[in-house]
Amino acid sequence: MRYVDEFRDPAKAKFLLKEIDSLTRRVMAGRDRPVSIMEVCGGHTHSIFRYGIEKMLPADIELVHGPGCPVCVLPMGRVDDCVALAEMPDAIFATFGDAMRVPGSRKSLLGAKADGADVRMVYSPLDALQLARENPRKEVVFFGLGFETTMPSTALTVIQAAVEEIINFSLFCNHITIIPTIKAILDSPGMQLDGFLGPGHVSMVIGVAPYDFIAEAYGKPLVVAGFEPLDVLHSIWMVIRQIAEGRSEVENQYRRIAPQEGNAKSLAAVAEVFELREFFEWRGLGSIDHSGVRIRDAYAAYDAERKFPVPAVRIADPKSCQCGEVLKGVIKPWQCKVFGKACKPETPLGALMVSSEGACAAWYQYGDLDSVARKVEVT
Amino acid sequence: MSGAGVKVAPMSVPGPTGAPKITLAHGGGGKAMRELIDHVFVRAFDNAYLADLDDQARFALAGFGEHGDRLAFTTDSYVVDPLFFPGGNIGKLAVCGTVNDLAVGGARPLYLSCGVIVEEGVEIELLSRVAESMAAAAAEAEVLVVTGDTKVVHRGACDKLFINTAGIGVIREGIELGANRARSGDKILINGWLGDHGAAILDARGELALDTEIESDCAPLGGLIAALLTACPDIRFIRDATRGGIATVLNEIASASGVGVELVEDAIPIREEVRGFCEILGLDPLYLANEGKIVCVVPRSRAEAALASMKNHPLGRAASIIGAVAAEKPGRVAMRTVFGGRRLIDMLSGEQLPRIC
Repeated sequence: MRYVDEFRDPAKAKFLLKEIDSLTRRVMAGRDRPVSIMEVCGGHTHSIFRYGIEKMLPADIELVHGPGCPVCVLPMGRVDDCVALAEMPDAIFATFGDAMRVPGSRKSLLGAKADGADVRMVYSPLDALQLARENPRKEVVFFGLGFETTMPSTALTVIQAAVEEIINFSLFCNHITIIPTIKAILDSPGMQLDGFLGPGHVSMVIGVAPYDFIAEAYGKPLVVAGFEPLDVLHSIWMVIRQIAEGRSEVENQYRRIAPQEGNAKSLAAVAEVFELREFFEWRGLGSIDHSGVRIRDAYAAYDAERKFPVPAVRIADPKSCQCGEVLKGVIKPWQCKVFGKACKPETPLGALMVSSEGACAAWYQYGDLDSVARKVEVT
Repeated sequence: MSGAGVKVAPMSVPGPTGAPKITLAHGGGGKAMRELIDHVFVRAFDNAYLADLDDQARFALAGFGEHGDRLAFTTDSYVVDPLFFPGGNIGKLAVCGTVNDLAVGGARPLYLSCGVIVEEGVEIELLSRVAESMAAAAAEAEVLVVTGDTKVVHRGACDKLFINTAGIGVIREGIELGANRARSGDKILINGWLGDHGAAILDARGELALDTEIESDCAPLGGLIAALLTACPDIRFIRDATRGGIATVLNEIASASGVGVELVEDAIPIREEVRGFCEILGLDPLYLANEGKIVCVVPRSRAEAALASMKNHPLGRAASIIGAVAAEKPGRVAMRTVFGGRRLIDMLSGEQLPRIC
């Protein structure tokens, strides 16, 4: 497959791994703990596990799987709101597929569907708008979810609905923004990260400049990374090279997709429809200031939270669940008390076990549990 | 009640488009039902067992003995949506699926039943096309559909058309297959491209707005398996990799035999179109359904002979040795990735759901 296989070339991987190995040795000469790199985006987590990248790296590099899986950081109360909206009479609730299994306090969307709610899996917000056109007597609610990657398509859909004056369409907005989240992680006590792989697809929208503070104020290198396995290795090499050379800069490995200045049209659509919320609740991380967006007053008619009564009850994460510590990189998924026991992909307690991009599900599904056993013995 | 003696009346009850449709009368046990059965099923399946339209088909025991020494008996229900898809339809699937369930046990498939549950309002012509596909697949698989049942249900009580087929076959002497028979060193073979059926069905639902030419691999595998068992009678295990894909079958083998399974991603045949389809949707082809693919566990010394036998058959041209059985890590399936890494292939906990970004 062109433009894909080139980025999965094992010979090139070998070469990069050799370079990473020698740079790591240089770095380790002056320190006594492993180099800790967070991949912010769930897409990277998925690639790392799918291609077995973690096990190819030198033991002194530790990958911390960050909060960039929008499905995973969704608090339980928001899932309950989804279920409540889906269970309204004459409603069609349209959602991306992997949000359907996220547990709410009573049930997931899959559970609501089994109980008779009309929950439809869509691949684009425009599909949801089409449902509204086809079902004029039904209220179609689209579950808007994701970082800046998916925000523009949701914004354009709302604009389109307004242009066509479609009145039976609304958005339950759960879009979140990446920058305040990275800042919250950098500010959290006990943070031991040495560098970041920046989210490639978010950067395609917002550009590279918004990360500058990470290098400048916090002195941590960040490399905007692509999602193919060679992209990931190449980006890890770029981070390690910065550390070895004592630099902290924002670099862009994903130039073929992510432009330096972002995508003006997308940003304009987002700014037209959305404004920052004062705070947004994250599963495991708690409330983070300015980390979510809501619909502007001009588009209030398309805001499901204003159009319908939404319970908006805050549900605390299960006590035994350590998703927050995993998200912040304080513990590894397999160090969580309930990992693989009470919390498994078929019965997820915490959201990180739900999506294939969630660090825990990825560990459970793709991780080498024998090497986990070894690590447990060592620690 | 000989089928030949019944005059087949033209189907009445035109729907809004004018095409004759199934009504509850067709399930009432009376004249309309009789006409439907004759017009659609007896005509398509056309054999002496069925023509009597008795409540059961009757066979001489001696007829089974010439094929082997044990009976194999299986059943499966088919509820595929959409009913027609590139490469097949629910009827072809209902024959191939049950034939394959017999064949992978080392049986020569002989007879099928056909139970149909149809929603009122379905066009009779559609039912005829499905029955004709079943007949064609049965002819290809060299089996007879010898008994059947038709039920019509109220609109909304089922999704257009559900089919159940049961099958009887005979296992030839000396063949012993089982998921618990895999041994360290054995090779794992498949007979061709993976994931075609799963991708074709997802695409045919039309929700993806993707334009592909992927066709289902739906096919009866009795012939391929018979040739394989002749070339290599000491095969340990065969399973058709339907729902859950080869990942699920391999996990079952690893767990039943208490062995590890090591796959080589490079050796696994997946069409470019299917790979691209999966890349876009965030699906894993190892978990996609197949309807014409078997996973075989073969002793190492016989692997090349088994591969040659598969490649000799039209349904096995792209066969490949995709991995081996190992003593290490019992119960686990691992894969050496194209990238040189290694990952575990676990069972899926539910359906594969496309990722959002």
